[in-house]
Amino acid sequence: MSIDLSQFHAVFFEESFEGLELMEAALLDLDVDNPDSEQINAIFRAAHSIKGGSGTFGFVQVAEFTHILETLLDKVRDGEEAIDADGIELFLQSVDCLRGLLEALQSKQDPDMQRANQLAGVFQAVLDGASYSDSANIVKANSITSELMAPQVTEPNSNAVPNDAVSDEEDYGVSRQQVGFKIYFKPHVDMLKGGNDPVRMLRELATLGEINTTVDSSELPPLEGLVPDNCYLSWTIELLTTCKIDDVEEVFEWVEDECQLSITPILQDASTVAYSQSPDQQNSPEIKPKATVGQRLVMPSGPLPGLDDLLLPNPIEPSSTEVVADQVKTPVKAKPTKVESSSIRVGIDKVDSLINLVGELVITQSMLGQMGSARDSITEEHIGNLREGLVQLEQNTRELQDSVMRIRMLPISFTFNRLPRMVRDISIQLGKKVQLEVSGENTELDKTVMEKISDPMVHLIRNALDHGIEMPAQRIAAGKPEMGTIVLKAFHQGGSIVIEMKDDGGGIDTERLLAKARKNGLVGETDQLTQEQKLELLFTPGLTTVEQVSDLSGRGVGMDVVRRNIQELNGSVEVSSEMGVGSAFRIRLPLTLAILDGQLVTVAEQTYIFPLVSISESLQIDGAKVNNLAGGSDVYSLREEYIPILRLDRLFGLREEVGVLDGSLLVVVESEGQKIGVVVDELLAQQQVVIKSLEENYTRVVGVSGATILGDGTVAMIVDPIGLSSLAGNDIVAAKKLTDAVA
Amino acid sequence: MTKILAVDDSASMRQMVVFTLESAGYEVVEAADGQQALDIAKGTSFDLVLSDINMPVMNGIELVKQLRQLETYKYTPILMLTTETSGDRKMAGKGAGATGWVVKPFNPDKLLATIKKVIS
Repeated sequence: MSIDLSQFHAVFFEESFEGLELMEAALLDLDVDNPDSEQINAIFRAAHSIKGGSGTFGFVQVAEFTHILETLLDKVRDGEEAIDADGIELFLQSVDCLRGLLEALQSKQDPDMQRANQLAGVFQAVLDGASYSDSANIVKANSITSELMAPQVTEPNSNAVPNDAVSDEEDYGVSRQQVGFKIYFKPHVDMLKGGNDPVRMLRELATLGEINTTVDSSELPPLEGLVPDNCYLSWTIELLTTCKIDDVEEVFEWVEDECQLSITPILQDASTVAYSQSPDQQNSPEIKPKATVGQRLVMPSGPLPGLDDLLLPNPIEPSSTEVVADQVKTPVKAKPTKVESSSIRVGIDKVDSLINLVGELVITQSMLGQMGSARDSITEEHIGNLREGLVQLEQNTRELQDSVMRIRMLPISFTFNRLPRMVRDISIQLGKKVQLEVSGENTELDKTVMEKISDPMVHLIRNALDHGIEMPAQRIAAGKPEMGTIVLKAFHQGGSIVIEMKDDGGGIDTERLLAKARKNGLVGETDQLTQEQKLELLFTPGLTTVEQVSDLSGRGVGMDVVRRNIQELNGSVEVSSEMGVGSAFRIRLPLTLAILDGQLVTVAEQTYIFPLVSISESLQIDGAKVNNLAGGSDVYSLREEYIPILRLDRLFGLREEVGVLDGSLLVVVESEGQKIGVVVDELLAQQQVVIKSLEENYTRVVGVSGATILGDGTVAMIVDPIGLSSLAGNDIVAAKKLTDAVA
Repeated sequence: MTKILAVDDSASMRQMVVFTLESAGYEVVEAADGQQALDIAKGTSFDLVLSDINMPVMNGIELVKQLRQLETYKYTPILMLTTETSGDRKMAGKGAGATGWVVKPFNPDKLLATIKKVIS
């Protein structure tokens, strides 16, 4: 049968990467002084699965590397080999290495084996009795020779020594040639209980050549004493074959310990060999020809049932190594398939709940359908039923929507999982002691949101490690525990996901941050800022690009980028900090990017939608607080600052005459720390809307992030606050100048 | 129809085994660990059980032990799927009551040839 194994590759890669993550997590968690055997087992199992799969699917490089890794892990598991911090480091490196190999193979490239060979060399040295650190050093020093070591180390199967006719000749002398085997086989009395049937072995022997069998039934008890489950027979078999002794042994491989077995070669003089080797006349004076199999066996009469089925076209494959060799060729020849599209693994419970809901929807639909087709005149009762049906339909739809959304949801652990390793590596690098406490890793988040939140989160953690947590000596001097702590927490709140990252480091020095901002002209010399406003400076682009910020405050570089990334996801980030105690960042994200909590407004009879998260307040314009500036900009005096007023009707050319500002409604939106007032005619409802891409269906429009279809079928544009602030660029500058001037 | 229970925690291996066996005309039920397999096995009977050794929750060795306690599985052929080349682990499976083993890596043909040894 020919089965295309490449169809299983995608699943293999997916589960291998998962296995590596699991391995990494367990390694990071492992207490070297008191290793938990279940954790070591989990590490072993992951390596073991990767080895098994990679061998089977033809990724021989990975199989070879994992083989040696697994051998060592096996010894650790059995307690024959200890594990220490250096060992963990090496195993972690091998996780990275394997990930690299698998990624290369997944994208159909040749994996770079240099690192793998080096590590294999180290593991081999450990297996040979060296310590982890010594071996690592030796291999580092001899990185050139490691290339030479590698092939020897990664020899696929040590028991693959070919056992060909030549060696047999040497064993038994040149003058005599082996023509078969004489086999004595006496199963233990309870062999049948393991599911092994002696007849099966006789059948198999028959596939190797010609057999001549004699059964010894002398131990068969009288009928009344016979236990049907017991095996009382033994056999002497002469097998005439050109097969190797390994092949014969393989027949009995499973029962070696459940029988008495002797296999001795039958030798013939060299002179007769030539004669007997001819296929037509392959018989000798001592060995009887074929066709006696069935007759000589005592048990069944006639030929063995199904014997023909068992006669394979090819002899049984001689050894597992050849199988590997065969498979290596296959993927090379195989046509490169398209790079896999991004996929998602969905729990069966989610699919079940979906099917369930669709079932309910069908019921509701048929109920409504029935009402619609009722021929009687419509009565009060009908209308009541119809309403009830519609309520049910609404509920079904909402549940279905939730359910479909949930399919795209993944536990946030997908992102969290890579962090412990990062914390460990960076803290070692910096000479700090830091522990990471993670909770809520099962909180689910939309796959796309997850992919995009990963970088900002890594950035925040990196900053906390680099600048937040103090050096151990400094911490002790401050009366804090030597070990710093970063707490990472994810949870649902309302319709959002909140990710909190807290450290117990030195906190952010807001005074120095402020001083820096003043120096850069971002804040006026005499401006008084609240603590929150000072912290907000952290996200100001102009400030954070200044190099020294990271030295004085700790955080800074790229914080504006972090905030922008989060805002692009319709999320927000807040910071709080206390000097000497620590800092906390709170990221709030929508559950999904496909649905938005929106505020509906009208401008010139058109409906627009503002992301609710971007609105800081709405107010009625007091004409006295509007300032007209040169160049046509209007600004509004909002408490201590001036904000630009943006008129969508003018911007989008919605009407000829724009109305007076006094008494109109102003929606104040905030993006990247910049407030903008947008004039609207009317504030409508707040509701969830499904986002449709404008770019895909029309073209990109600055100031509009997408569109949606409202309940009445009309299309409404979704306003993009970041885009608006770029449209209001000049007005923002003007408003700022005015704010500074007044202050 | 010959009914086989295939047990492996690796989804790719399981898919490969199931696909191979089904293509060869066998009826296959799959399980992802020993406990799942045991629960499935208790409700029905199989002509052959193919099980990985290293699995979470309940490993293959324990599964064999438990199956052999059941009257229905006293003589059922049970093959271990193993990558172990050393004798020790293979013997652990045997000791627990397994019939034999298939050494990984194996290809579909090898798997079919091996199981034909124990089911007719």
